[in-house]
Parts: sequence; structure tokens; C-alpha cells
Amino acid sequence: MTLDLLSHLKQMLSAPGLSAYEDPIRDIIAEAWRPLTDELSVSRVGSLHALKRGDGAEPRPKVLLSAHMDAIGLMVTAITDGFLHVTQVGGVDARILPGQLVTVHGRKELPGTVVMPPEFLLPPEVEKGAVPLQYLLVDVGLQPAEVEELVRVGDVVSFAQPPLELTGGAVAGHTLDNRASVAAVTHCLELLQRRKHAWDVWAVASAQEETNFAGAFTSPFAIQPDFAIALDVTFAKGPGSTDWRTVPLGKGVALAWGPNIHPALYEALTKTADELDIPYSPEPAPGMTGTDAAAIQIVQAGIPCLLVSTPLRYMHTPVEMVALKDIQRAGRLIAEFISGLPVDFMQTVEWK
Amino acid sequence: MSSQKQPSMQLTPEIGAQQVELLARLCNAMAVSGDEQEVRQIVLDEIQPYCDQVEVDGLGNVLAMHVGSQAQKVRVMIAAHMDEVGFMLTNDEGEGVFSFETVGGIDPRQLVGKAVIVGREHVPAVIGAKPIHLTTAEERKKALKVEELRIDLGPEGSSKAKVGDRATFATQLEALEPSIRAKALDNRLGVINLIELLRHAPENIDLLAAFTVQEEVGLRGARVAAYRFDPQIGMAIDATPAHDLPAYDVDVENTRYNTKLDHGPAIYLMDGATISDRRLAEWLMQTAEAEGIPYQIRQPNPGGTDAGAIHRARAGVPSISVSVPVRYAHSAASLIRQEDWANTLKLVYHALTRLTPEILS
Amino acid sequence: MSIEAKKIEQDDALLALIKKMVETPGPSGQEQLIRAAILEEIQGSADEIRTDAMGNLIARKGSKQPNGLRIMISAHMDEIGLMVTHVDENGFSRFIPIGGVSPLTCIGGRVIFMNGQRGVIGCERLEPNALPTLEKLFIDVGTTSREDCPVKVGDVCGFERPFLDLGKHLVAKSMDNRISVVVAIAALRTLQASPHEVYFVFSVQEEVGLRGSATAAYGVDPDVGLAVDVTRTGDTPRTTKMEVALDKGPAIKVRDSSFIADPRVVDWMIATAKAADIPYQMEVLEAGGTDGRSIQLARAGVPAGCLSIPCRYIHTPSEMVSRADFEDAIRLLVELLSREVKLG
Repeated sequence: MTLDLLSHLKQMLSAPGLSAYEDPIRDIIAEAWRPLTDELSVSRVGSLHALKRGDGAEPRPKVLLSAHMDAIGLMVTAITDGFLHVTQVGGVDARILPGQLVTVHGRKELPGTVVMPPEFLLPPEVEKGAVPLQYLLVDVGLQPAEVEELVRVGDVVSFAQPPLELTGGAVAGHTLDNRASVAAVTHCLELLQRRKHAWDVWAVASAQEETNFAGAFTSPFAIQPDFAIALDVTFAKGPGSTDWRTVPLGKGVALAWGPNIHPALYEALTKTADELDIPYSPEPAPGMTGTDAAAIQIVQAGIPCLLVSTPLRYMHTPVEMVALKDIQRAGRLIAEFISGLPVDFMQTVEWK
Repeated sequence: MSSQKQPSMQLTPEIGAQQVELLARLCNAMAVSGDEQEVRQIVLDEIQPYCDQVEVDGLGNVLAMHVGSQAQKVRVMIAAHMDEVGFMLTNDEGEGVFSFETVGGIDPRQLVGKAVIVGREHVPAVIGAKPIHLTTAEERKKALKVEELRIDLGPEGSSKAKVGDRATFATQLEALEPSIRAKALDNRLGVINLIELLRHAPENIDLLAAFTVQEEVGLRGARVAAYRFDPQIGMAIDATPAHDLPAYDVDVENTRYNTKLDHGPAIYLMDGATISDRRLAEWLMQTAEAEGIPYQIRQPNPGGTDAGAIHRARAGVPSISVSVPVRYAHSAASLIRQEDWANTLKLVYHALTRLTPEILS
Repeated sequence: MSIEAKKIEQDDALLALIKKMVETPGPSGQEQLIRAAILEEIQGSADEIRTDAMGNLIARKGSKQPNGLRIMISAHMDEIGLMVTHVDENGFSRFIPIGGVSPLTCIGGRVIFMNGQRGVIGCERLEPNALPTLEKLFIDVGTTSREDCPVKVGDVCGFERPFLDLGKHLVAKSMDNRISVVVAIAALRTLQASPHEVYFVFSVQEEVGLRGSATAAYGVDPDVGLAVDVTRTGDTPRTTKMEVALDKGPAIKVRDSSFIADPRVVDWMIATAKAADIPYQMEVLEAGGTDGRSIQLARAGVPAGCLSIPCRYIHTPSEMVSRADFEDAIRLLVELLSREVKLG
């Protein structure tokens, strides 16, 4: 059975799962991965671990695939006259918020809207400028007494913009960062169903990447992989984003290169891509990558890392945009790479 | 054109599931000023059976008449604008990315990161923003201007839209008891109320219903409609902002709320375009008190409704406006209380049934 | 002795303990005096006490029953302070901060070095209306030359300010975090039948980046972790908007800027407070971090949270807490540790 990648992705996009509150999305991913893997477990901070055993002799080498599943969003800080004050969970540009549809996860799920109070209710210095997050409110359309009953300080608020299918095989929605990469892992696991691979594959949907990399710091400790591949999204070229940090949308995956990345692994991965004619853009990452790879690399005695990214426009807005093709490419490239790994691959990895 | 009229329903109009469903169709439709066809078609389909006469005039207004059966009738024009604020595509930059301009008054700060629909086919698209990771703190203090934003239909989008197409927010109506959230509640509420009034038209008046175009770009439809109808009394039914939010600081009192949710229909005494006829204001307030309908006076403020055009038609028409209070008008998601909607319809209906020519003497 | 008299005696003992803890200097990295003072207080109450390589004081109470967990409680014992960077020829010392020190609260303040030497903080002439920066400040220890100055480059001092009992509220220069240290000491002493193996960690170097608790958590390898720390309030005139207020009970942290508390731990804390009828408030702290983060990230990860004591004027010489909140925090911590824990 071939999983319908688009519906898998859309199902994930409609599930909440803010950092540390990943239960709903984890359940969906677990359902998708269960038939494709041999063992499932949940880490102590909420990451999903799935083991797909290789066919090499034991003890087998292990590769870790890490795609964070948590979403950015908001959290209630105070309630005034039935209106909610909020702060951010993960990085949110307050300028995208006025008019956004959200779900407030109170004693029950409440549909709400982020609203921008009129100018005369704001401090004079705001004028016509961007309204800072501290002055925006969430309106859940209920009477104040009911709000007090159903909502409390600390409740999380997720984006509720439904996903959109656009022309040319593009999808837009919130949390494509990083559900797009989770879909790529799913695609990879599915391809590996039909391929021999000597290595054990540990697929991890990691928790809390957007806040403090709690998942990426802890799962490698438990799994102790020989090397790891982080999957994340990266900046696609588009309106307002054209500098060196951006790569084209729909024209292939991005393969990061820099201090977070092991050069010999990078060479091996790009060789696979070249041989199979899978398009990619090299992505220079002169500092830390801001992905799971940055954390995984320094766990225990150190873990060599790769980073495979899906280009995405409008990151951290509710209308993030990716091309399905790029997701498939990420999944396929990693599956091919893994199935081609000889048991003694790590012994051949050298610094040169 | 004329048609076989069904007898009007003499019961007080009420808001039920059927009305919410119709409001959803009206709000989810796109009718950016100058291209009101989608809403016009719904209106025509809905009102045809209840009118003595229906026509679409040269600007696109739907002009419908219900002639009362009683003698001594007053000719009352009621206007509800069909159009909404939105966007027009202005330049095809390739690969589905278009620059655009706003139509009507929209704060550009409401546009960033929204889903939109483009053209008659409602092609989905987005208005994106530069990732926060690539912005500076200084940049994030500045509001983005329309010139900096783009509508993005996806890689093959240029084949699905063209320069000149209209676009609007993609928000779908949701009934969130006790509220309703949708785009364009300003003024599909007026449109549906006028449809309901035609269905329940009182026999003591000639009801001259104008579903107007181009209100958001300067009350243009109402102007020609009022000339054509030449009414004795004019009324605009619309939606007006409720700025009933808390101020950033508890020490600051909100003295400019305009209207408040849960306080009933908003009766106008003065806005930026009209000073209401005092006799009509008394008539509405007395009706509300007699019928036990809550009402509020809209704070005299700038802003305007179709009444601004109607009262200046020909030799002048005594006019007034009544609005449903709505939060966050002209944004992706506005919000009303269902009670306020129901009470607005009830107030106008009861006022009409009490109307006699003496009011003007 | 009447019950009333006994209570007063206990109260006096607690106040004396707070006074002792808040007046003992112990900037990050120089926790030897405060560690010794705490050790004195907990000797005999714990089953095992050790000091780890970083200087964390770790006291175990109880052992893990079949229905129990290994729980780590972390109250950092270090405080903010200053380190001398240069002594000029006239005996004035320049310094850098240890932890978050505001120049605004330094001027005219008094300091005490780890060897007992005292001094005051002065400021260079400022342009009219200019705000001081730390570079403009210096410590004057009452000597007149570099040669006879008892202070050398690298010497560390803490702020000095006597404990102040205002009745309902208590004030000191180091309520952050000695009030939590007292909460942990009191809980350690009070805790009786518990199914858990509880490690009370008095951690070092929190103020410079949650360092002590990270190694302590690795060493203890707990099943669950709780930091005990102070948190900000929004109950003073024209301050940052925040729901936490003094006198409304200890706060249950949902998040701060260093971590999001494990929702299962948050639920456990709420349920315990409700069941024991202890007042509590929910805390969303938008700036600041706690040991909870380093516990959460230890080894393969640990479900972690934080019990907070609301505190006004944090990182000033007059940090203020509520006596009632403090007492309720002790009760809540004891309740949390006394019963079986089932995390969602």
C-alpha cells in the first residue's frame, strides 16, 4: 500500500501540537509509522521513537532520523474582560497575527481570533507601526464569565488556518515547519519497506525543537546512533526573501554544509544524490543551523550529523508554503542513502 | 422585470438555522467593490418570489419593490450594501506571484500571513511574510506596507489568475455560539436583513429595497438608487464597528468604543456623512422601548453609510441608519453576537409596521 | 507548651533560618559559605549527603518503594554578585557582574567579599540624565592605594543588606533563591513516609546559566525533576503585565524562557494543590530561566517542572516575598513528595 503523502501531510497539519504539548500530533504520526516500523516508544520528554530493524548482523550500526513535530503558537498570559493576552511559544513575528484564526486549548477547545485593538486603545508610541504582541488580544466570542470558566493562564493557543492546496503541487498552511519533514521521514520509511538496508533506522519525531531542543538533546542519549540525519525546513526564495540564505522552491532539497555537518557524510550523501539525479541545493550554514542537528551533534561523546531540508516560503506564518515534490525528494534521497550504507560505513568515514 | 409575487410572511422575522446558512453563503461569497456578482446572484435568487418588481440597474444595484396592500402608504427605501473590501491584482511577477492593491479601507497590518481567494473560481492563495528568522528586531517594529506584500498562488498560479482579478480573505463563516465569526459581516448582515424584510414585508408601506454596490469606495451605488426610487424615507442598514476592547493600560478608560456587543442594534444620530432625521430616530427608539428590544446609540463619530448618499438625493430624503455592532470589520475575521443581529432585524421590522405618513408631518 | 506557643516558636525558628540563609554570601562559584550553612541545617535529616564535583550539595531522603520514583528537587543556593577586574592605584576596584546585576541598583550599595572585607559602590560623574553603566561604577573598600588594598583581581563579593521582616512580607537581597533553599530544607525536615527516593539538590551556578543543576541531574538521574525558585510578579505599579501576585499562593510554572514545564508535571502539581486545599497560581514567565530546563535536558530527558515563590524586585537588594506564599510552598512541596505520583 502506498500512503497518500498529501493526505498524510494534511492530516498532520490539522492536528495541534505546540512544543511540550505534542500528544495529538504524536498519535497521528505513531499511526502512520506503526505499520512501517518494528517498535514504537515515547521518550520521557515526549519524542516518538520508531525502530526499523536492518538486515545486517547484530550488533547493527544505527542511523537516527530526527524531524521535529512540535509547532509554534501562543500561550495565554492573562485575561481581561474576557479577552486573552498571549505570549509566543517559539518565534512568532507579531505582524502576522492580527486577524489570525486560532484554537484556544482551554477546558475545551475554543475557536478564537487574534485581534488588534484600535489605535486609541494602544500606547501612543505604537501609532501606525506594528502592534507588539503584548497589546494583541484573542477573542473567543464568549461572554467574559464563560471565558473565566474555560480558560486559564498557561493554556496553549494553536493556529487554526486550514491547509490549502495550491497550483503546481504546492501546499500552504501553518506548521509545515516541520510536519513537511515528518512526512519526508514517513515517505523514507515507506520506501525502505521495499529496500534492503543493513543498518537499523531510528526514526524520531522530536519534541520541543522550537523552544529548547529538548527532544534533540535527549533522544540521541537513549538511542546512541552512529550518525544522525536531521530533517527540517529551510528558507525558500520568494517575495521578500532572496538573499544567500534562501534556496529555490520546488527545485530540490537543501543539503546543509558547515560546522554542524560532518564533511565526509556530506560527501557521501551528495554522491548518492548525484548518482540518482535527485536535485539539491547546497546550503551554506556557517554557524549553528538552528535545527535538531545543532543539539544532536553535541550529545554524549558527539554524533556526526547531516541536515536535509525542504525549502519553504513564509516560515513561521500560518501560510507556510512547500512543494510536495521536495518532500518526496527528501524522503527518497535518505532512503536511497540508507539502503546503500555498508555495515562498516563508519569505519570508512575519515577526516581529511 | 416582474414576477408572480408570493404573499409575504406576516410573522416577525427571526434568526434560525436557515438564516445562518444563508448568511454563511453570503459571507463566503466574494463581492469586492465593483464586482458584486456573486452576492447579487444570491440576492436575486432569494428575493424574486417576494417582490412586485426586481431590476438590476446600470451600476449593478439590485432594486426590488414590495408594494403594500394598505392605503396611506409611506414609500420607504432601505439600502444595504453588497460589496466588501478586498484586493485587486496589479502585476504578474511570474510563477504565481502577484502584486496587489487594496480596494476600500483595509489596514495593511491585517493582511500579513493570511489565506486569500482569487477571482470567480476562488483560487486559493496566500499573502506571505519574510520568515522571522531573516528579519531584524528593528524591521519587526515597522508595519509592512501593501507595496511590500504579494499574493502567491503557488508555482503554476500565473495560469489561474490575471491582473485585474479581485481577491479577498479566505475565511469561512463559523457560528460560535453566542457569536458568529466571518469575513464581510460588514455588510452581508445588512443584505440578509433586507432579504428577510422583503420576505416579511409589512403591508402598510411600499418597501423599496436597494442592495447597493460600491459603498466601500464612496457610497456610489446608493446615490443612484435613491434617485431612482425617490423615496419619502431613507434608511441604511449596515454594520458598524464595536471597539469595545480593554485599553492597554487599566488607567485608560475606553471612551471611544463606538458601539458595544450585546447592547443591541446601533441607532445613528450623526456620522461623518449624515445627521439623522430626529423624527426617525425617535420613531426607532420608541419602537425599541415599546417592543422591549435593547438598542444603543452609536457614538457620533466619523464614518458613513449609504444614508449619506440617500439623504442628499433629489430634493432631499429624511434618512437614518441602523447597524449591527461588529468587531474587527474590514479584517479577515469579524465577529458579531447573534442576539444583536436578531434584535436589529426585529427593531427595523417592528418600526416599519408602526410607520404612518404622520411621521413626516 | 500550648499549641499557640509552639507555633510561635516554630515561626521564630523559621524566620531565624531565613535570616541566616539570606545573609550568608554566596555568589555563583563561591558557594562554600552558604553550602556549609545549609549542611549545618540538614545534618541528621537526610539519609545521605554528598557534595558533587561542581559543588552541588545533594541530600537523599528515603529510598525508592515499588510505587515510588526518584525525584530531584533543585533549589539553587548561589546568588548574583560581583568579581573584581582591576584595582587602580588609589585602591578603587572595577568589576564585572556575576549573573544579572543592574547598575541602577548598585550605586550606594554595600558589598561583602568572601574573606569578610566590606566595601561600598560608587559611581563616576554622569552626564545630566544619563543612566549609569557597570563600567562607570567602582568598589571603595576604604583604602587609599593599590598596595594596601585587601582586594585583588578575581576576588568575589556579594551584596550586603540585612534581612527585613515586614510581617506579611519578608525582604532580603537574596530571596532569589534562599527563600527556596529554606522551602527545600523545611520540606526535607518535614517529609515523613514517602514512597519516593527524594534528592534535595542545593545547586550551584544557576545565576550564570543553570550549570550546577545540569551536572547534578546527570548524577542523580531522576525520574522526575522539580526546580524551586522565585518568579516575577505583575502586582506593582506600572510594571510588566504578568498575572502572578504576592499573597495568592505559590506559583505553578507553565513555562519560562528556558523551558516549557512538562504538562504532566503541571497537572500533578495542580491536582495536589487542589486536593490539599493549598492556594496556587499559574505562572507564565516571559523572561528568565530556572533549573527546570537543565533537569529536563539531562541524559535521555526528564519530565520537569518548577514550583515558584512569587517575588517582587528580583535582582535588587530588596527582593520581597510573601510569608504566606512561602509557608504554602513548603506545604505544597511536602504534599507533592508524600504521595504516589502518576504522570499522565
